[in-house]
Amino acid sequence: MNMEEYCGVWVFIEQNEGRIASVSLELLGAGRKLADKRGVPLAGVLVGDGVKPLASIVIQYGADIVYLYDDVIFKEYRSETYMRAIIECSEKYKPEIILYGATSTGKDLASAVATDLATGLTADSTILDVNEENGLLEASRPAFGGNIMATILCKNHRPQMATVRSKVMKALVPDAAKVGEIIEESVALKEDDLRTKVLEVVRVATPKIRLDEADIIVAGGKGLGSQKGFELIHAFAGKIGAMVGASRDVVEAGWVDHHHQVGQTGVTVLPKIYFAIGISGAIQHIVGMQNSGLIIAINKDPLAPIFQSCHYGIVGDAFEIVPMLMEAFEKALHGEVQYG
Amino acid sequence: MLHIVACIKQVPDTKIIKMNPKTNTMDRSSAPAILNPYDAHAVEEAVRLKNRYGGTVSVLTMGPPPAVKAIKKCVEIGADEGYLITDRFFAGADTLATSYSLTMALQKIARIQPIDLVICGKMTIDGDTGQVGPGIARRLDIPPLTSVNKVVEINQEEGFIVIHRKLEDGHQVLHSSLPCLLSVEKEINEIPYSTLPNMLRAARYKPIIWSANDLEDIDRSLLGLKGSPTIVSKIWAPEKPKGGEMLQGSSSEQVERLLSILLEKKELFDVKEAKA
Repeated sequence: MNMEEYCGVWVFIEQNEGRIASVSLELLGAGRKLADKRGVPLAGVLVGDGVKPLASIVIQYGADIVYLYDDVIFKEYRSETYMRAIIECSEKYKPEIILYGATSTGKDLASAVATDLATGLTADSTILDVNEENGLLEASRPAFGGNIMATILCKNHRPQMATVRSKVMKALVPDAAKVGEIIEESVALKEDDLRTKVLEVVRVATPKIRLDEADIIVAGGKGLGSQKGFELIHAFAGKIGAMVGASRDVVEAGWVDHHHQVGQTGVTVLPKIYFAIGISGAIQHIVGMQNSGLIIAINKDPLAPIFQSCHYGIVGDAFEIVPMLMEAFEKALHGEVQYG
Repeated sequence: MLHIVACIKQVPDTKIIKMNPKTNTMDRSSAPAILNPYDAHAVEEAVRLKNRYGGTVSVLTMGPPPAVKAIKKCVEIGADEGYLITDRFFAGADTLATSYSLTMALQKIARIQPIDLVICGKMTIDGDTGQVGPGIARRLDIPPLTSVNKVVEINQEEGFIVIHRKLEDGHQVLHSSLPCLLSVEKEINEIPYSTLPNMLRAARYKPIIWSANDLEDIDRSLLGLKGSPTIVSKIWAPEKPKGGEMLQGSSSEQVERLLSILLEKKELFDVKEAKA
């Protein structure tokens, strides 16, 4: 393999029903930094049906080039179609790095592509950098359930690939004046040749379930004692317009649906405010919320590890503190109207 | 009659494992070795499909000799056969080398009894990647269906399967030809307590053990550390956070202080009328 031939940083642009996934925009931001450090172009690979109008958005968010695969065969995500696009594009244009969002789709796709291209893939990277001297992608990630951090290199294979969760990197401010090149490509695939079919896509009715996009989260843990006790979390969240989060223990105990799980094996969240109530603070949970703007922890146990990872902590009984807080909130925010 | 093969892994229980602060490495003695929880659900699903459609469930794992315990756990859940591939040549494998080794073993198993379905857990709790399943599927040239949280039906005569594939905001209903590979979410099923007959069977069970030599036509340059495009260049302990400010005083004083902190961000809050 002649590694010198491989040039350019790419981002797989995931889209759903005409909307670019926010993680892809964030990765363009991260990719831009890597591309600039390497002095190479940044490209987005946009795959879908009727997605051509999105190409200009990809450019506005930092890409110099968009490789566009627009065909009805790409209408819904399927491994066998999308990977064909990425693999052929990669073999033709030879990028040195490809980044994917660590979504259900992104991880499925990246894993298949990495195997076919016989190259390295680092999952759920939280830090990306490129070494100035040797040009190697340094992808770092938590391992062993979050207990350690590891930096992974892919020295002798190209492209170097990594998946990154949403809310870890930051998108650039879009630049409407940015110019870029759109290169239209296609794959020779016929529907009859394919082995999978998407019969239906069922999207959760209430948009409120997107925990990873919430500004305020009220999360509860085993400390609430029971499913009945957990209702306090729902009440508090409802009161202040927050979304409900939960620790893994609570989800496994069946007190709340798994959509609410925050952590290494749940959702990574980046709210402006995160309340951790009755949560002990196991590392698997922390890695899912540690970058929240303001973390408030309430726990009966003064030694709970959560107090090491919060901004403000209250040692106390949630069943005493939270109702008081709810009442004080109500008074303060409604009281203002009276003072005009 | 279906032949389902579940790929499993024995992992340290990362929920309770501790770091050795002096060496900055994992202290494996601090946590017991367990069957990867996602794989346990994969085996349970395989057993349910066996009960529904008839057939056999085999499990396959790559690991050091103690991995036999994980295979026995699968027999407790209801698996019929277990295969362990173990060899120092497999050591140090990243996900690409791992999927290669497992694929060679699956091909050998398929020569004994053709495989209709490969199933595995979505990810391991130590590697945390989720990459090996799709890697195996690609190497066997069968469709990879990841993040599966429901198997709707299998039609053996017409050779297809229908499943639900979990998305961030819902699920896809996917129809795929067989054979294929499923990687499953924990929520796909609940694992009941093992039956006594299965437990006794597991206690007596001896898995079939193969070394690299037993895998015909294996390319040793693709095994283990040598066959891994990725390497770990650095390991470190995540930065220990400095800890938060503990609010002092009586409960009402703490609440008052907290409220004033939160009111600095009051534009975020959408206070609803208290009904409940």
